[in-house]
Amino acid sequence: MIFNIEVNDKTIKAKKGDTILETLRKNGITVPTLCNMETFTPTGACRICVVEVEGRDDLVTSCSHPVEEWMKIKTHSPRVIRARRTIVELLLSSHPDDCLYCIRNGCCELQQLARELGIRERRLPVVKPLRKKDPSSASVVRDPAKCILCGRCVRICKDRIGISTLDFIGKGMETTIGPSFNNKLNVSNCINCGQCIMVCPTGALHEKDNISQVMEALQNPEKYVVVQISPTVSISLAEEFGSKAGKEMSGLLISTLRKMGFNRVFKTAFAADIMINQVAEELFQRLENGANLPMFSSDCPAFIKYMEEYHHDLLQNISLCKSPQQIMGSLIKHHYARQQKIKAENIFSVSLMPCTAKKFEAQREENTHKGISDIDTVLTTREVVRLINLFGLDMQQSVPELADSPFAIRSSSGKIIGTSGGVAEAVYRTLYYKLTGKNLVNFKIAPLRVNKNIREFHSKVGNHKIGFAAVNGLENARELINQVKAGRNDLQFIEVMVCPGGCINGGGQPITKNTEIAKARVKNMYDIDEKDSIKVSYKNPAVIDLFGKYTGKEKDSFLEKLTTTYQKRDVLL
Amino acid sequence: MGQIETVLQRFQTNTRDNLLPILQEIQQETGFLSEEAIIKVSGYLKIPTSKIYAVATFYDQFRFTPRAKYRIKICSGTACHITGAENILSQLEKRLNIKAGETSKDAMVSLEISQCIGACGLAPVILVNDTFYAVVTAEKIDEIVDFVKGTSGN
Repeated sequence: MIFNIEVNDKTIKAKKGDTILETLRKNGITVPTLCNMETFTPTGACRICVVEVEGRDDLVTSCSHPVEEWMKIKTHSPRVIRARRTIVELLLSSHPDDCLYCIRNGCCELQQLARELGIRERRLPVVKPLRKKDPSSASVVRDPAKCILCGRCVRICKDRIGISTLDFIGKGMETTIGPSFNNKLNVSNCINCGQCIMVCPTGALHEKDNISQVMEALQNPEKYVVVQISPTVSISLAEEFGSKAGKEMSGLLISTLRKMGFNRVFKTAFAADIMINQVAEELFQRLENGANLPMFSSDCPAFIKYMEEYHHDLLQNISLCKSPQQIMGSLIKHHYARQQKIKAENIFSVSLMPCTAKKFEAQREENTHKGISDIDTVLTTREVVRLINLFGLDMQQSVPELADSPFAIRSSSGKIIGTSGGVAEAVYRTLYYKLTGKNLVNFKIAPLRVNKNIREFHSKVGNHKIGFAAVNGLENARELINQVKAGRNDLQFIEVMVCPGGCINGGGQPITKNTEIAKARVKNMYDIDEKDSIKVSYKNPAVIDLFGKYTGKEKDSFLEKLTTTYQKRDVLL
Repeated sequence: MGQIETVLQRFQTNTRDNLLPILQEIQQETGFLSEEAIIKVSGYLKIPTSKIYAVATFYDQFRFTPRAKYRIKICSGTACHITGAENILSQLEKRLNIKAGETSKDAMVSLEISQCIGACGLAPVILVNDTFYAVVTAEKIDEIVDFVKGTSGN
């Protein structure tokens, strides 16, 4: 039902069932929010969204109050602005004054509110509870001194990721947010996905910054610095450098990285093609043997840690194939080093990823051999943006360049793995070929592209009934895993991406509230898939060439380097 | 079977609404909520440990360190507050050399601040284990400290 209400002396349309905030937003009236999260139940905790409703003595939180027909609302009356300003002043009174040194300087919601509300002096005395930083995790840094207790991290960790690492501790002035027993993150059940960072309004949660290690390596004449670019990173930078969101910046990024002094620039998508081929082969074998099905994808390091913590009885169901990052890491330090006659210890291998969990993955024991890590440092998309700005390089002035051989070519299958459903689709294309010896006529697997959290695709290939599922948002994966444990057997392959929407919305991506940006990235990934001539991983000529170099025993040892192992983890759940 | 398991066994249904009673009984039996206890409750009720810790730290009634032999509770209700509870606390802190919420190293005495215990007419009130001390004065504090220290052998 649509009815009229009066807002700021003008009549606007409202829909029954909407909150006041939703009504105002639909009519282009901006009201600031802090604790509010789209698609989550409102809590009305921060009270920054208060408005004046005629006939009501108290101010009303617009996020949690349904709009009603009789309402006459003032959204920016002196009383409302005074209230909002006091709330922000109170938050600032227990917040450190170190904006200049803060990782979120310039993109902090608290800073923005203080600016918008014109707060120019400290009216309230400073009460700064002593809170220590927690740098223990390889991926996520917690700085509780900067926490304003909005609870957004708590909610995303519970409702979307489903593991509840973070929660409120204590009450009143003493309240903090942290893991069980106020422990350090590295001993908690945190899976490093970084979604808490994506919703944090301040610098209380941020990625572990590894830029200085990269700078150091670039300055070191003895280091041969190699970088790999994730297919998702190059598609996630555009809006940061004045282009349309979702635009592919691969060529520009490659030339920019060369200007910084990286000796070689490789494409992770090349390794993704290898992964897709290996995963399809593994699935093919499992279908033949009928063992350890369904097989779970192994490229999401947050999902792997989750399985090691919660479902170790299903570890044998995870593909043994390394993630693209680690395949590339292994290729660089072993194959490439030997080919170029460079000592592995002299290579500094950097990986650009949309993901914070990749930092953890790079440090896993399995990915270090004789004290040398396959990947030395992982930078998230956000750090890549900072690095480019640090060098003062203008992306738009660059001339696009190609990546370095031998890891320069990808199929479009290697590109679409950045979005939920992409890995499943890519693996299906190769599996179809393995089962039938024929190429798919229609490469587009529409059921895996629908905008749903759990996508399923069932078909009959040869004698096999094949069920593929792709799931994003770990909470949804839990549901599917429980179905499998309860005996569901119509699925043979399950792709899991912990982040809602997949890697394009990863925990290392530029922070934004604009949901259109992620959609633009997905659209462009599929557009690239549509246009590219090589659509399947098994036709990547560079991969065929690489695999042709190895025979007999050498081949076995080469293939072994593409696989990994998993182990049960005992952490506080 | 451990004390914690015994408590859990008393609760036939492992539903969330049993969380508080379970925590209360565990504290009753063992004197405090250990990490081990919270982990076991988490496993039993299928609630993440972080959530249980969040609930437990919200309530003043739960403690996370072992209980001392003499537990001094200073009422911080309105009447006691007005009649000098804060002063009593600071005196006790000084005399016992521990802060509120702490336990002495020999586990003989602990200091806690409690919510209103409902004896406002007798304010200020403190509790030593289950014994009430009403209208507390400086002399009474001496008496309590002597008693506690006397039995602890100092």
